[in-house]
Amino acid sequence: MTAVQPQTDQITLTIDGFEVTVPKGTLVIRAAEQLGIQVPRFCDHPLLSPVGACRQCLVYIEINGRAFPKPQASCTIPVENGMVVKTQLTSDVAQKAQEGVMEFLLVNHPLDCPVCDKGGECPLQNQAMSNGRGESRFEGKKRTFEKPIHISSQVLLDRERCILCARCTRFSKEIAGDPFIDMGERGALQQVSIYEKDPFDSYFSGNTVQICPVGALTGSAYRFRSRPFDLISTPSVCEHCASGCSMRTDVRRNKTLRRLAGNDPEVNEEWNCDKGRWAFQYTMAKDRIAVPLIRENGVLREASWPEALAAAAAGLKGKKAGVLVGGRTTVEDAYAYAKFSRVALGTNDIDFRSRPHSAEERNFLASHVVGSAVRYSDIDQADHVVLVGIEPEEESPIVFLRIRKQVRQRGLVVTAIAPWQTRGFKKLDAKYVGVVPGTEASAIAQLALTSASVIVVGERLCESAGALSAVAELASKSGAKIAWVPRRAGERGALEAGAIGNLLPGGRPISDAAARVDVAAAWSVESLPSAIGLDSTAILAGAASGAIEALVVGGVDPFDMHAPEIAGLDKAFVLSLEMRPSAITERADVVLPIAAVVEKSGSFMSWEGRVRAFEQSVPETPHHSDLYVLSLVAEALGAPLGFSTVKGAAKEFGTLAKWDGARESFTATTASTAASSTALATWRQLLDNGTLQINEPNLAGTARAAVARINAAFAKSLAVVNGDLITISTDRGALSLNVEISDVVDNVVWLPRNGVGSQSLRMLGALNGAEVKVRKGL
Amino acid sequence: MTKLTPVLSAHWDEKDSHTLAGYQRHGGYNSVKKALAMDPDAVIQTVKDSGLRGRGGAGFPTGNKWGFIPQGDNKDHYLVVNADESEPGTCKDTPLLLANPHVLVEGVIIASYAIRAKHAFIYIRGEVTHVTRRLLQAIDDAYKAGFLGKNILGTGFDLELTLHIGAGAYICGEETALLDSLEGFRGQPRLRPPFPAIAGLYARPTVVNNVESIASVPAIIEKGAEWFASLGTEKSKGFTLYSLSGHVNNPGQFEAPLGITLRELLDLAGGIRTGHTLKFWTPGGSSTPIFTDAHLDTPLDYESVSAAGSMLGTKALQIFDETTCVLRAVLRWTEFYKHESCGKCTPCREGTWWLVQILRDLENGKGSEADLAKLLDLCDNLLGRSFCALGDGAASPIMSSIKYFRDEYLAHLTHGGCPFDPVASTLFASSKVGA
Repeated sequence: MTAVQPQTDQITLTIDGFEVTVPKGTLVIRAAEQLGIQVPRFCDHPLLSPVGACRQCLVYIEINGRAFPKPQASCTIPVENGMVVKTQLTSDVAQKAQEGVMEFLLVNHPLDCPVCDKGGECPLQNQAMSNGRGESRFEGKKRTFEKPIHISSQVLLDRERCILCARCTRFSKEIAGDPFIDMGERGALQQVSIYEKDPFDSYFSGNTVQICPVGALTGSAYRFRSRPFDLISTPSVCEHCASGCSMRTDVRRNKTLRRLAGNDPEVNEEWNCDKGRWAFQYTMAKDRIAVPLIRENGVLREASWPEALAAAAAGLKGKKAGVLVGGRTTVEDAYAYAKFSRVALGTNDIDFRSRPHSAEERNFLASHVVGSAVRYSDIDQADHVVLVGIEPEEESPIVFLRIRKQVRQRGLVVTAIAPWQTRGFKKLDAKYVGVVPGTEASAIAQLALTSASVIVVGERLCESAGALSAVAELASKSGAKIAWVPRRAGERGALEAGAIGNLLPGGRPISDAAARVDVAAAWSVESLPSAIGLDSTAILAGAASGAIEALVVGGVDPFDMHAPEIAGLDKAFVLSLEMRPSAITERADVVLPIAAVVEKSGSFMSWEGRVRAFEQSVPETPHHSDLYVLSLVAEALGAPLGFSTVKGAAKEFGTLAKWDGARESFTATTASTAASSTALATWRQLLDNGTLQINEPNLAGTARAAVARINAAFAKSLAVVNGDLITISTDRGALSLNVEISDVVDNVVWLPRNGVGSQSLRMLGALNGAEVKVRKGL
Repeated sequence: MTKLTPVLSAHWDEKDSHTLAGYQRHGGYNSVKKALAMDPDAVIQTVKDSGLRGRGGAGFPTGNKWGFIPQGDNKDHYLVVNADESEPGTCKDTPLLLANPHVLVEGVIIASYAIRAKHAFIYIRGEVTHVTRRLLQAIDDAYKAGFLGKNILGTGFDLELTLHIGAGAYICGEETALLDSLEGFRGQPRLRPPFPAIAGLYARPTVVNNVESIASVPAIIEKGAEWFASLGTEKSKGFTLYSLSGHVNNPGQFEAPLGITLRELLDLAGGIRTGHTLKFWTPGGSSTPIFTDAHLDTPLDYESVSAAGSMLGTKALQIFDETTCVLRAVLRWTEFYKHESCGKCTPCREGTWWLVQILRDLENGKGSEADLAKLLDLCDNLLGRSFCALGDGAASPIMSSIKYFRDEYLAHLTHGGCPFDPVASTLFASSKVGA
């Protein structure tokens, strides 16, 4: 259902003899729902604008004793005082009209339910049974089409099944802003169409499959794979980004076959993005690490759990150790890492930020983000949303959809401070403030906001020195709310859990002795380390220098970091908790396998700070959560964590999650004034080379091309045109991509951070704002 | 005996009736001068007082429609003239525009002035190229003569007039589909409300009027509301174009006061094809339920035709004599509706697809009497259930023809096909050409 309506004028009407009072503007079909009366419908969808196309919801209506001359579509008529509605339950006219429409709908429908993916969960099938005639009187010839056609690599269209309700086309136009499908032809030959050979280019296309009330739109990956009644469905939460989408995971015989958007009006409404929906094969990858591994004579070999735990304990015992958590952990797992670091390893050298980061950021997170609760509803009520260091369509798609909804419904003012006016910003009708990366601070300082404004800050803004300080200053000056939106699902939870060097759980500053006592008491330990911990980069550097002798590494790709000291991994003892072989595995001494999200329970904390708990979807799995594995290692080290289950960890963290003491104070950083002659701009696209997107060729088929973007003036100076190859280089490396001339600011080249052939961190070692050289050709 | 009252068609027989000179010779554009000197609200009131009702089929009072446009709202207003005449049998706007395009242009200026529109559009059916040319020329001449453009006749009133050529879809004659088409979208009817008077073209207050409605305005301004109201019947005032086609000796346009009967019109048109008798006819195009010889004396005004079970529609009287198979005629119309259904709503899209198949079978002698009950029931599920009136139009000829000619439908079954000789109903059958 839709979000809670604000209190407005109330209207009282009668439906099937029952009085109901609903807010003014409510549609008759919704008012009937309030009474539990289900009027059959297809084109109607509470989150899409009414269209009245399918005519299935016809009801009889009188107003003050005057009847409408013909039955009315209840999905298009707002309630009025004195209205008397008779649905199919009390009106023969409505009943006959509905049966007539249902019979018409089935005239050209193939009735191939036995071989249709939708069979068993199909609104057409269900409502034909509940509201249709028993038998069709149609004896003629049905319309047929070639089937199916690909409207994108991941969405297939069986046109003869389509009942032309226009839900998919309205979704694409209204919600996603990607009007790449529309109706073509007319009469019974009308059909959902793409423009010639241009596919349905949308990050949200999977929603059209989900809201299709028949089996006309199917996902390539799920087509012909299962019947709904064979699936075990579990409410779950998306692990792909920090948006916090509610999901449903469908599993058959311990294999995940499908994931759907869940319905959560406060968060994702009924939508999700294609990555969340269609990227889960990684959980069933053939190279999943199944058993513990121990390095012996330079080679990893399989080992039993007791042997591996003993080896891990031996490697860590008495060593100066650091912990790299990674950004994808659940709150409970992050809490286990945080406690493990302090209790079992005696160090604050822990950091969940396995990505570019800064001291300014850590200070900002501890002072302005931890414990805060900016919500999607704040976007709904905002007078102005500022986007800085984030391209929400690429980096937090549901944040994008929510902002877009407000832009469409009430003309919300959006300002985007960015080096490139992306398609996403255009779809938000955003006022684009073009900046060279690294100079965001001055653009931020020039904004005038109010306490109703929301500043949406992406994690990569930390790459621009002084920008977060400018955000803090702007917020304190105006009262605007700060929404820090990291990319990965686990970052906010890890921050709250204390998986960072300057904070204990609940955002308690380590520098605060009372906070340390507080946590030490809760953990039944004498004291906690008091030195502020190192960050990820410093931990690796410490390992390289020998200052740190052992590392515990969660799901981390070292090449996600800026200039990582990989040598540290070779030098130190490394305990790796991993699902699949990675650059860490190659250098690890002990590898312990862990569970994927669908194989465990837990919770993620969304960017809002909202706890999103989920249950285990795959019933039988050999794998265990990080926290269980850590509890075993801690046990082996003789420093037990005190919990070994998700519930136990959650319960204990629950007692520490709130802190009413002082937050870390914030020290502003001044912006850098160094200017690059040619600066790099780079961020991740939604669909790219991400490790959680492996083995999903259909999904990958809709990824946006990895191209280098420069503006026309820059292209002219290089004498290149669209499609020409250019090479971008730094003193650490080079990469070559085709050019696409775009609305990028002068003397800036934009590259995908993790695209095919464009891993800017790994290949160039360069962050946003870095000086790069650009030349034509290879 | 009702007499013809040629106003719009008064000078069609003059060679240059379509030119500016020909139009002005008979006082053309004098009404603009008169109207622009009036208060716009007074113009609206005059049209209201005249009792002019929409000539496109629905018969909604034109002045009231103009009065719905919110004034002083600081929004652009638009006048859109529906010249997408596509209904089978309807053929009044096309000859009117061919012979006298300036009367429409003059009406457009007056109507736009009344509703405070600075831009008017004429949406014309794309197939009528010859009419389009004449209308374009007329608009061009009107601009040159200072009747269109900036500061018309020095009154300070500005008006741009754009002729838009449709791409040949019947549905675009539906006013909201026409607006979508005019905006560059696929022509499909819009959800109402909002009505065009509030949010029409480009979501601005818009009046959509039929060609004949707007063309009737100059005469009302010139001769007064009382004159216009003195013609016709109590509730259907004024004169209108009756278009007789089919099995009549002199088919064509007959401009007469509302309320004239078919019997009178047939007299004026030289009667039914010689040697034949009237079998059935449409009062207002193929979408209106058919009449038979029992309705020869039904006054052809909005109320009387409605009371007799049909609609005055576009006053397109298609006359069929006894050589015509009613099932054949109805099937051809239904095929038209199937072809022209826009596809938006289920009953029309699927219903017409199905109805054609049943009717074809019946024409070929396949089926049973139960199919007539099925046809009627399907029509009942279509009529009043579709998104716009196209579906109603598709159901009407079937329902009315079964009502009057049930036995003829059944004769197809007993005869093993159509009992009629289709040649007998053709024009060449009577003229013996090639015999």
